[in-house]
Amino acid sequence: MPALPLDEAGKYVAGAYVVFVALILIYVAILGAKIARIAREIDEMASEK
Amino acid sequence: MIRSASAILRKDLRLEARTKESVPAMLLFSVTAFVLFHFGLDRDSLDGELASGVLWVTLLLASVIGVTRLFAAEREQGGIDGLLLSPADRTGLFLAKAAALFVYLALVELVALPAFTLLLLGPGLQPELLLILLLANLGLASVGALVSALASEGRARELVVPLMLLPLLTPLLIAAAGATEPLFSGDGGPEDLGRWLGLLSLYDLVFVLLSVAVFDYLLDD
Amino acid sequence: MTYARGLKPLSIATVVATVVGFALVFFYAPVDADQGFVQKIFYVHVPMAIVALCGFVAGGIMAIKHLRSRDPSWDMRSYVAIHMSIILGLGVLITGAIWAKASWGHWWVWDEPVLVSFLVVFLLYCVYYPLRFSIEDPERQARASSVFAIAAGAFVPINFAAVRLAESFTHPRVLSQTGGDLPGEMRLTFLVCLAAMSLLFVTLWKLELTSKHAAMSLKRLRTRLAAAPS
Repeated sequence: MPALPLDEAGKYVAGAYVVFVALILIYVAILGAKIARIAREIDEMASEK
Repeated sequence: MIRSASAILRKDLRLEARTKESVPAMLLFSVTAFVLFHFGLDRDSLDGELASGVLWVTLLLASVIGVTRLFAAEREQGGIDGLLLSPADRTGLFLAKAAALFVYLALVELVALPAFTLLLLGPGLQPELLLILLLANLGLASVGALVSALASEGRARELVVPLMLLPLLTPLLIAAAGATEPLFSGDGGPEDLGRWLGLLSLYDLVFVLLSVAVFDYLLDD
Repeated sequence: MTYARGLKPLSIATVVATVVGFALVFFYAPVDADQGFVQKIFYVHVPMAIVALCGFVAGGIMAIKHLRSRDPSWDMRSYVAIHMSIILGLGVLITGAIWAKASWGHWWVWDEPVLVSFLVVFLLYCVYYPLRFSIEDPERQARASSVFAIAAGAFVPINFAAVRLAESFTHPRVLSQTGGDLPGEMRLTFLVCLAAMSLLFVTLWKLELTSKHAAMSLKRLRTRLAAAPS
């Protein structure tokens, strides 16, 4: 296989790294949403009393 | 243990002989699949890789039916409590269920293989196929019994069985189809047969041991 | 709360290792003679695959600990390890497809045994969720999940052997994925990336465990408050 020229290869490499970063960010966002729900529920319980 | 296992096996076989829930359904499925393959591939006769692939994929899919129903009687009618209260231990139960599945598969193949030869296969059958079937059935039976017990723990049995069984059987399919392919090619003797049979035996060994080891943790309440 | 122990230094180490790793990838490691710049995908794809597979196997080992000790926290650890590995596994498949497209011109190649085995393993582990959540009784759920994790963990090496065997004579190895015969700079970069990915896995695993633990404690607290006479 001949090596792809840099401008062509750059897109694929960037794509792969973007996938990795996006995956982590999505995961952190979901985790953040879960923690926000826990915080909200604790809040509700604290004000119920 | 052997005695209680054979008692459970006899019970299962008698039940199957009376209700005819698994074997006829698996058989009917296999023949239907052959007909579908005929139309889907638009071929009157198959040989080589295609024949071995069609045969093994059909047998694997047919086994899903048997695996789904393997613990059905116990789960639906509460017989599992009776079995677990009896002195039969889990290993015996596993051996009995795997043996029952093995018998079902052998019965299905007894009719499905001639049907396959008649309907689709170009070249004839060769005796080596028997050995491949034996080892493949052993693997199918042990993995099937494990998957069936695991899936019957929850509500989603019909969903979990095929989704879990088929990926687990991928190495078995690779080995069995690889070993069968030269037998269906018509030309020359089986090459690499030993390599594939070795892989099949390794697969069987690992899953028999594994199933026996973890079966104790399933099915109790 | 024990799940969160060491989370802070771990997070810092993860960030440092990842930044150093990526800097090495783009500024230090030489451009591959055969594949050119595309080979840089190697440094994210392969560590992710190795860590995901180790995570699956580790999930199986934790499941053995659970069945031995009947301690539900080991089931939780096993569950979260498998969960994180599935997330990384998705990344492995996507980056693998991108790499295949860049170097072979197709989004998927069946004669790359490692990628194909990975797909089979990934498909199998996806069934973990329907299995786990179809069982309501917590103790049985934990036990069945552990049995699944052990069986699937043992399946991983067999499957790799089988797929490798199926392809071994049709396809000569193009990519060395073990890192064994890489030139020095590439090898160092790869090892740093592998370390970064492992640290990332452990950090996320601990984070997820902490969050799950907090949610469960909250649930317990809520039932206790509801039961207590006010």
